[in-house]
Amino acid sequence: MGRYWLLMRSVFARPQRWSMYLRETVRQMSDIGIGSLMIVALISIFMGAVAAIQFAYQLDGTLVPLYYIGYIVRDLAIIESAPTVTCLVLAGKIGSNIAAELGGMRQKEHIDAMEIMGVNTASFLIMPKIVAGVVMIPLLVTVSAFVAIIGGYAATVPTGHLTNMDYLRGVRAFFIPYNVFVMYVKATAFAYILTSISAFQGYYVQGGSIELGRASTNAVVFSNILILLFDYLIAVVLTG
Amino acid sequence: MIRIENVTKSFDGVAVLKGISHTFEEGITNLIIGKSGAGKTVLLKILVGLMEPTTGSVWYDDVEFNKLGKQELRKVRMQIGMLFQGSALFDSMTVEENIRFPLDMFTDWSLKKKRERVNDCLKRVNLENVNDKYPSETSGGMQKRVGIARAIVLKPKYLFCDEPNSGLDPRTALLIDELIQSITYENKMTTVINTHDMNSVMETGDNIALLHMGELVWSGNKSEVLESDNDTLQDFIFASPFLQRLRKKALGK
Repeated sequence: MGRYWLLMRSVFARPQRWSMYLRETVRQMSDIGIGSLMIVALISIFMGAVAAIQFAYQLDGTLVPLYYIGYIVRDLAIIESAPTVTCLVLAGKIGSNIAAELGGMRQKEHIDAMEIMGVNTASFLIMPKIVAGVVMIPLLVTVSAFVAIIGGYAATVPTGHLTNMDYLRGVRAFFIPYNVFVMYVKATAFAYILTSISAFQGYYVQGGSIELGRASTNAVVFSNILILLFDYLIAVVLTG
Repeated sequence: MIRIENVTKSFDGVAVLKGISHTFEEGITNLIIGKSGAGKTVLLKILVGLMEPTTGSVWYDDVEFNKLGKQELRKVRMQIGMLFQGSALFDSMTVEENIRFPLDMFTDWSLKKKRERVNDCLKRVNLENVNDKYPSETSGGMQKRVGIARAIVLKPKYLFCDEPNSGLDPRTALLIDELIQSITYENKMTTVINTHDMNSVMETGDNIALLHMGELVWSGNKSEVLESDNDTLQDFIFASPFLQRLRKKALGK
């Protein structure tokens, strides 16, 4: 824990050369943002579709109006599935990638080479990843929320579970803008957690390929546990 | 000049370096030699500040290197160039970007000036027209040369080489040795080479320190190697019966 905070202190030191950091941050933004767009869209469409189908099944034969399906899918996506499930999946994709990249650099002495040149490696290698994650992951979460709502529509309207009008009415009903704020708080916090924890795991890798694999696994496991823990804490603080 | 005084290093109570004092002179090639596990790499890492000694001190001219804070340490490190055993070239960058990296990070030069400096360094290590290649597209010998070019691009005062010949054929290894030695003489750098390559020892050993089980057991230059009767040195240098016969011949025995 202490080592993590010491690393973060080095990470957020003043950049030695802004242009180099900016270039690296843009590269990471492209990797994280564009590189994860397809998988985020894919999981989100199914999340929305499954949620809609299952609520349609549960509400069938009850007095609850069917247009509630659109409302439930929208709020489920905004409050929970878009930020949390997306970040759990991204912890697997981006987190393991960050840990493996930094661990590989450590093993191939790239980090030592930069240190000897006088580069603050913790800052140069990790800060752009965290900044890129904190900027791009909330955008991905926004895409996820929209796609999940579209997924819910695709699963219920063409199949005749409810009408186009009902679904759209539900999506527009009882909208609370504050929920969007909660979504962005979650997305930002989870983005920081998954990038910083994964970077911490990769940066201190010692040994060979087994240790690198372990670091990559730890990055995903610890990120997921912390994302779920903070999901609960944020829910208690912001909506409890 | 780099001076170490009573340097010790222990890992979990096991002493890897035992009170080493030595001076690495300016303008010549200083070699640290010894068997695998003798403590060479640990000593080199202490010299460049990647590890801290358990006790003792490291002096770069008049500056006590291992007592410096992070900021001051980075300033001194800008005067250090290092060639790694595996070259440590950044895979995602081209040869030119690798060499230019320290310039991009630490100078305000224009791109044109940086490119000129990169080309000068490439020319100095006898490489041309490889600027746009990636490290994976070059041979082991070329990677070492690029590593040297990157190490000297900021005109360092101190050059460290960790087993510069490992993985190279004897002819290429000799060329790399000659290159490191001539760059050292030209720029009056303090060069420290960690090696167990006998050709290197006999070609570039201006000042040799032999480590054995964490202790400095012999120091001298290449011409003193043949005459020394230090058993550990003779065991190490002339390990094979073939080399032992050669030595006897050379000494007229």
